[in-house]
This record gives sequence, structure tokens and C-alpha cells, in this order.
Amino acid sequence: MTLLPAQTDKKLGLVIDLDICVGCHACVVNCKEWNTGGYGAPLGDIEAYGDNPSGAWLNRIHTFEVTPEDAPAQIVHFPKSCLHCDDAPCVTVCPTGASYKRGEDGIVLVDESMCIGCGLCAWACPYGAREMDPVENVMKKCTLCVDRIYNDNLPEIDRTPACVRTCPANARHFGDFADPNSNVSKMTRERGGFDLMPEMGTKPVNQYLPPRPKSRPEETIEIAPAFVPKADEGLLGWLDRALEKLG
Amino acid sequence: MHPAISVIFFTVTSGAGFGLMTMIGLGFPMHEGLVAAFLSCLLGGGLAVAGLLSSTFHLGHPERAWRALSQWRSSWLSREGVIAIVTLLIFAAYALIWMFTGERIAPLGWAVAAGSLLTVYATSMIYAQLKTVPNWHSKLTPLCYLFFSVTSGLLLAGMIGKAAFILGLPTPTIIVVALGIAWVIKSVWWRRADTIGFSDTGSDTGTATGLGHLGKVKLLEKPHTGENYLTREMVHQIGRKHALKLRAIAYILGGIVPVIMCTIALFAAPVFFLAIAAVSMLIGLFAERWLFFAEAKHAVSLYY
Repeated sequence: MTLLPAQTDKKLGLVIDLDICVGCHACVVNCKEWNTGGYGAPLGDIEAYGDNPSGAWLNRIHTFEVTPEDAPAQIVHFPKSCLHCDDAPCVTVCPTGASYKRGEDGIVLVDESMCIGCGLCAWACPYGAREMDPVENVMKKCTLCVDRIYNDNLPEIDRTPACVRTCPANARHFGDFADPNSNVSKMTRERGGFDLMPEMGTKPVNQYLPPRPKSRPEETIEIAPAFVPKADEGLLGWLDRALEKLG
Repeated sequence: MHPAISVIFFTVTSGAGFGLMTMIGLGFPMHEGLVAAFLSCLLGGGLAVAGLLSSTFHLGHPERAWRALSQWRSSWLSREGVIAIVTLLIFAAYALIWMFTGERIAPLGWAVAAGSLLTVYATSMIYAQLKTVPNWHSKLTPLCYLFFSVTSGLLLAGMIGKAAFILGLPTPTIIVVALGIAWVIKSVWWRRADTIGFSDTGSDTGTATGLGHLGKVKLLEKPHTGENYLTREMVHQIGRKHALKLRAIAYILGGIVPVIMCTIALFAAPVFFLAIAAVSMLIGLFAERWLFFAEAKHAVSLYY
């Protein structure tokens, strides 16, 4: 049913730390690997080894250059996947009921056996989180690894989305935003987590943490320098004093 | 946005078909007899059905299209399908009664007209509802679709019907007035589209990434080396290359040529010249509809 639930019991989602992400694309690759073998049809590719490869991916990393007015540019790696919005426009536009948001945990999913591949949900999403599978012709999107997080056959440490499990820098975190004491709620509070394009009114569940402020060269650095050059003894000390005297 | 030929054909053709059905339903004077009634209804219903069928060609799974009738409570696409089918069924009943009894039952006709207009409105709302595409997200979008549908329907009705006068004015004159109104609304729509950008939501790469407060945000590296579904479908730019030329073609073939043909039709061979006007207008609307998609920018382009 493509009407949105009035409220979801849990709000499962991700925190993505833009300060930490190094842009290695490990989460992208592990996402593709897991979701090709797990929930639904495999994530299709066309011309995977040809001149013009193209395929469906559920998680992609853009890299942005941010240039402040008075400081050098900085690079921010920017992972982007479905934000499992509370007010998901992709769900309500679906004509078949294939797209839905779960009342129990807030995960937005596609029932691939009902999807007609019209693509309207991808048009409705401002984030580009949905991609048509070029082989199966059904809409693909992040499932928050619904087939991992509740999977008793996996060791407990693996019951987390593939992207979170694989991130070597710990830039991605998984948890319940409905619980104010969860890891993700705390991180969002402490670090000033924000919504992407809040003006679109989608109320995304996933939160992004901003890059920590950079120190500026002209500012005094509080920490002690690791190496203080000493020039008061030995040959260098004598040379230093001799040159000083020369004026 | 990617201009899919099947969807362009669908919106123009079914718009004209439902427009003609509106005219027939409202009691536009038509030739009498079984064959004339059959052919008149075949043109209206046939255009509407041809358009609807063509719209299923862009689906990944056309065999599941029937499922699209289920979510009318939330989805404009679903509503469109439901209203279109109900309207076509009422129209079929209206046409059969007309063909075999010679009688056009007015209340049934009004239901056909109301259903046809609602179908076109639902089609336009599929686009107008999308906040992600500012060009489309406007009350002017349904106005354009409705006026183009009614005007092309009126032109087709004038061509196949037998009304020399409507509301006291010669039929070609009424068609010229309708053409004028439709293209004025479209001009206003184009003027808004030219300047709107993402200003109605204030979105830019800064809000898309949430990094705008740090400085100027610019894409350094795309997430993929080639094209993907998003860039092909929503960051489509090739279609915009000839935008100005296509606008001129739309105005000339969709508006100016039909107006000239209608003017000539006032004096000689109305059926022939109205037929030229109708064909020209539909070709003009194909250009207009191509631009409707090709010129529209999607919010996801802010990430690219």
C-alpha cells in the first residue's frame, strides 16, 4: 500500500560522517556484492566488461570540492544512498503498491514482483536514490540490508548493513533514530547531524555529520609542536650565536 | 528529463482523443447515421486508447500494467488509469446507444466529458505533483494540458462534425479563440520555466550536500566513470540543444498554421483546411511536449 504509515515504531537508518569518509568506495562495492546475492533480483549490469559499462547500484560516492571565501579548498567525499524518508515521495507516487514504507521499522522497500518499472518513484526522489535495474527492469533501491539486520544465521556483529560493516574508516553507523539514546541519535545530537535538502519536505531519516572545522594557517595552534628546533648547543649553537652577532 | 517518445506520443494523442470525447459528450453537432456515429467515436476513443497503450511501452513490465489501477488513493498515475478506463467504458455505452438508436443521451455524454477532462487533469498532475522538477511543479501545468486537450478536441470535432456555428460564432473562429488561449497559457508557462531554476525550493548544490555553509560547493569527481540510469533519465541535456528552434516549430505548427488554416476554412473547403490545421497542431504539440521533458531539470542534477 503506497499510503505512508502515520508513524513508524522504529526509525532505522544511517549516520554518515563526512568528516571521516575517505572516499575508498568499499561500501559501494560491498553493497553491490551483498545485494547481488541477497534480497530480490541480482543488481544488474550491462556491458560490465565492455566499452560502456553501466549498471544498478544502491550506494554511490560523489566527491565535492568546497571552497570557503577566505581559505583553500577542501575535499569532501559524499556517500549517498536511500535516506528512508519519513515523508517519502517515492512511495506515494507508486501506482501499483510495489513501493512501501514499513510501519514497524520505517524501511522503504520495493516489492519487485509488483513493480511495473514505470520509473515515477525515481522521478519523485530528489536524491537519486533509486535506479532501474537494466536487466530485470524493476526499480532497485537500498533495503538497509533488511536481509542482514534481522538475520539470525549471521554472527551478531554482521547483523548490520553491508556498507556499515565494511567501512574501514567507521564513517557509517546504523541504528534506531526513534530511540533518543541510540548511538545514531547521540552522534547526530553531538555533532550537529543534518538533513539533505530539507526544503524538499521529505523528512529524511538518514543523517549526515558535517566535516569538523579546519584549522587555518594564520591561527595559533593550541597543541604543542612535535619538534622544537634547538640551536643553543654544539656546533650549530656556536654558528647560530656567531651569525646573530654579525647583525 | 529524458524525453521518451512513447510518453510524448501518449500525452499528445490521448489528450486529443479525450478532448474530442469531451466535445462529443457535450453534444457537439455530428453527422447522423450508424457509420458517422461509429467513425466519430472511433476517432475520439481510438486516439485516447492508442495513447494509453503507447504509454505502457515505456514500462519495464507492461504485462503487469493492470496493477497500476490499485493505488488511486495516493497516486496520480493510478488515478489516471482508473478514470481513463471508467470514462472509456461510459463512452463505449454512449457510442453504442448513439449508433443503434440514433439518440445521444445527454447525462451519459456529460459524464464522458467530465471523465475525459479529469483524465487529462490526472495525467498533468503526474508531472505537476513533482517538487523535484520545478518546471512542472506549477498550477499552470494542468492548465496547459487541459487547454491543449480541449483545443485539439475542438479542432477535430470541427473537422468531422457539422456545426457551422458554435455559441453564435463560426466554428473556425471559436477554434482560433481556443488556440489563442491555449498558446498564451503555454507562453506564460515557458516564461516561468525560463526563470524558475530551483528558486521555488531554494535548492542548490549547497543544500543538496548540506555543505553550503562552508563555502562554494562544486563536484570534483563523479561516483561513476560512465553514464548511469540517473544521468540518462534525469540529467539529460542533449534534448535542450535545439530548444529555441523547437519552440519556434511548436508555435508555428501548433498555433500559427492552424490559425491560418481556420481563417481560410471560413471561406472555402472547411473540412479540408481544418484537417490540415489538426495535423499541423498535433505535430506542433509533439515539439511542445518534447521540450516539456527535455528542458525540465531534476533536483538530482544538483549532485552532478
